[in-house]
Amino acid sequence: MTLLLYRIDDRLIHGQVVVGWGQPLDVGFIVLVDDSVATSDWEQELYRMGVPPNMEVYFNTVEDAVRELPKYRSDPRKGILLTGNIETMRRIAEQAHVDAVNVGGLHARPGRVQRVRYVFLTPQEEQELRALAAGGVRVTSQDVPGARPIPLESLLAGVEE
Amino acid sequence: MSDEAKAPADPPRAIVAGHGEFGAGLVSAVEQITGRGGQLIPIAVHKLGVEAIEDLLRDRMAEEGIRVIFTDLQAGSCTMASRRILRGMPNALLVAGANLPMLLDFVFSDGVDPVGAARHAAERGRAAVTAHGGSA
Repeated sequence: MTLLLYRIDDRLIHGQVVVGWGQPLDVGFIVLVDDSVATSDWEQELYRMGVPPNMEVYFNTVEDAVRELPKYRSDPRKGILLTGNIETMRRIAEQAHVDAVNVGGLHARPGRVQRVRYVFLTPQEEQELRALAAGGVRVTSQDVPGARPIPLESLLAGVEE
Repeated sequence: MSDEAKAPADPPRAIVAGHGEFGAGLVSAVEQITGRGGQLIPIAVHKLGVEAIEDLLRDRMAEEGIRVIFTDLQAGSCTMASRRILRGMPNALLVAGANLPMLLDFVFSDGVDPVGAARHAAERGRAAVTAHGGSA
């Protein structure tokens, strides 16, 4: 199989990822790419406790994730690659081919402006998303599998329907 | 009943947090059944990131002197945030997987230390899950 989903979600592993996407897609593993979490045993244990026993979690730095991507893509199980911010996903996409990125959740924070119900962006983050798209990545926003994917331009315009 | 005749409000003893309106829904049900919903503070986190959830829960715990958090999912953001908070609060307790029977047991243990009451309630809530029928 392959990596089915490249998702940006500042909550990282949580209900929507594990249950909302994980169950219908029959996900067998998650690649959590975060340079900070990758060096914290405590954080890794915290996230491991949030997934069912049949779901494996790999904790990678960006560098490690790029190196291991061929292995993940040839894994017979279905997987999700997850980052907590746009910059991390952009760094991956600069070093490896990524077809599509799902903006799954970037929540309220000082400096961010709400675009759709579950996506808030700073001007810098908007530019990073545009840079991803300019590099050939199809960028859409979608919180759960049953929702309609929102194209980047609609997302940036705040059009959810 | 006049205001003077009303029983004094229960002081908050625990937070109920989770996805959507999970907290508000459960607390509403507890209030309807027992009139003791005031012991529970419902928290919703729709628009919040991980750090903001953690700050919100920490602030409400400090404001009300609360040491017990009930959450919905083991993998939920509220559970994750609570576990981070409890890392520095060894005398506090998180119960993930909360349900209505659990909270009913908790609010009737108001003479007991909240942490002990929550441990007892967790067992009652676990035991209250049953399945019927489906044999055809």
